[in-house]
Amino acid sequence: MSSEGIWILAEQFAGRVLPVSFELLRRGRELADKRGAQLSAMVFGHDIDAAGLQELVDRGADRVVATEAPQLEHFLVQPYAACMLTLLDEYRPEIVIAAATTTGRTLMPYVAAKAYVGLTADCTVLDIDPETGGLLQTRPAIGGNILATITTPDRRPQMATVRPHSTRPAEPTPGRTGEIIRRSAPADCPAGGAEFLEFIPETSEHHLEDADFVVAVGRGIKKSENIPVAEDLADALDAALGASREVVDRGWLSYPHQVGLSGKTITPRLYVALGVSGSIQHLAGMQTAETIVAVNSDPEAQIFRVADVGIVGDLFEVAPVLAQRLREIQNGKSEIRNPKFETNTKHEIRNTKQTRDSKS
Amino acid sequence: MRIVVPIKQVPETDNVKMDEQTGTMVREGVESIINPLDLYAIELALVLHEQYGGEVIAISMGPAQAIRALREALAMGCDSAVLLSDRAFAGSDTWATSYVLQAAIRRLGDVDLIICGERATDGETGQVGPAIAAMLDLPAATYVSQFEAPEDGHIRVRRLVEGGWQVLRLKLPALLTVVKEVSQPRLPTLRGKQRAKAADIPVWQAGDLDVEADKLGLVGSPTRVVRIHRPKVARQCRKLRANDADSTAAAVDEVLTLLNERELL
Repeated sequence: MSSEGIWILAEQFAGRVLPVSFELLRRGRELADKRGAQLSAMVFGHDIDAAGLQELVDRGADRVVATEAPQLEHFLVQPYAACMLTLLDEYRPEIVIAAATTTGRTLMPYVAAKAYVGLTADCTVLDIDPETGGLLQTRPAIGGNILATITTPDRRPQMATVRPHSTRPAEPTPGRTGEIIRRSAPADCPAGGAEFLEFIPETSEHHLEDADFVVAVGRGIKKSENIPVAEDLADALDAALGASREVVDRGWLSYPHQVGLSGKTITPRLYVALGVSGSIQHLAGMQTAETIVAVNSDPEAQIFRVADVGIVGDLFEVAPVLAQRLREIQNGKSEIRNPKFETNTKHEIRNTKQTRDSKS
Repeated sequence: MRIVVPIKQVPETDNVKMDEQTGTMVREGVESIINPLDLYAIELALVLHEQYGGEVIAISMGPAQAIRALREALAMGCDSAVLLSDRAFAGSDTWATSYVLQAAIRRLGDVDLIICGERATDGETGQVGPAIAAMLDLPAATYVSQFEAPEDGHIRVRRLVEGGWQVLRLKLPALLTVVKEVSQPRLPTLRGKQRAKAADIPVWQAGDLDVEADKLGLVGSPTRVVRIHRPKVARQCRKLRANDADSTAAAVDEVLTLLNERELL
């Protein structure tokens, strides 16, 4: 039944297709090729930018179905779910994957509950079972200390949300062709019982969820007056600022900065932890980051368990030096010294990379 | 307002240590507690109750010992509690769990608001809240970080989403899932504890609910866990000491070399 195809839920904001959709295209393309199936993207919105729809094709979709209506302009779960259920009914997908964003993690369970199908949250690995052709959905559990692989034996579509940043966006192939269908939401698409009033943008320049680079502070920062030490490093790296629960609970940084079980789960390319002890809760929110650098004065700190490089030392000594050296390199005033390290560790680092690539 | 708060009992992971040899959680002495994120849901319900009157009912699906979590909710100030417990519920995935919870809410009758924690700290799916809303055909707002006043059969809430906050007006009845910013959970009072101890908590089984037997538990669950494995330790932390200016400079250079190697600069 591979003709039913693989679908991704592309996301838009203010009519522009969001980059997280391109990560899903990479995942979806791999699955579709393994199944010998078509890859389609569904997107819901109002006046969606045509270039964005074409970009979905350029980056791997064979078909794009854009459902548009004024009540779809902003994410509201009821009208979105109604339109998505209409699509599922019409196209009968085999697999639907979405990003584990606030939208994906709201819409997918709402739809899966209505359709009585299986849904696996926040997967980091998706694969096709060579025997059954079914979707193997692997996700971290118990604070990332185990990985559970989950299947949906009977009910279709098989649905999963995928952790944002857990894979690279698919590359565009200019001139790639695909079908783009723009359609209006069904006339009976309900507005639902929720009304969008306004969007209040976060004032900080970098949002944790979208950041490639994150500098996070833990209790080791000692007091709110010391936060600028971390801010300065974040600035040098062009990174977003994260925080452990203790830092937020003490009011040194606001809740949107919190990383971990009771905060945000993120997978940046680089995570620099300053004075973060590394509780299970914190690790659960960041240990899938691609590269982790930890600075902590306690050589036994749990954060070192998940770090690639750990500096055992005083963050107030280390962070300013790191920030300064980064600025020197950016300004072309300095090269990286210590080539010996490079040759010594090349092999080790490459191994680490392979392990991670083979997982994704 | 009549408010239902579905809660979950989870293992206490705050002080959990990992066994370095086996990489598994050291379970000895690990207590069961109310999912910490559910406390924010309970607190918001209690605050609304204090301001606008009504009733707060805590419900939980789980084994018999989950009654302890419900007693804790009562000790915090919930008016009543119901335990949903039956062997037929065992092995439920999020769909089958939501199915039982929504059936219980239906049985409770007129409900204005359902408030859930954003996710449980053990399963970490965050799926049960939205699924209950879907099964009851209710409007829902997830990731609610601020509750603004109810007005004329509606409520106004703020959702914490990527890049900012979405402000919504929801028609009641509705379902919310909340993040920790929404409230500051109170501690149970001694009087609350005494009242909770004496409280009679009904246990509803499958037969007490309007449910189809083939949608319950493992049988009714669309998903199956087929494998549990430990993540390969892909990282071997290279620990560097920074005791003085020279060792700090050297350590920083090693970090920069790694970042350069990985094309992060």
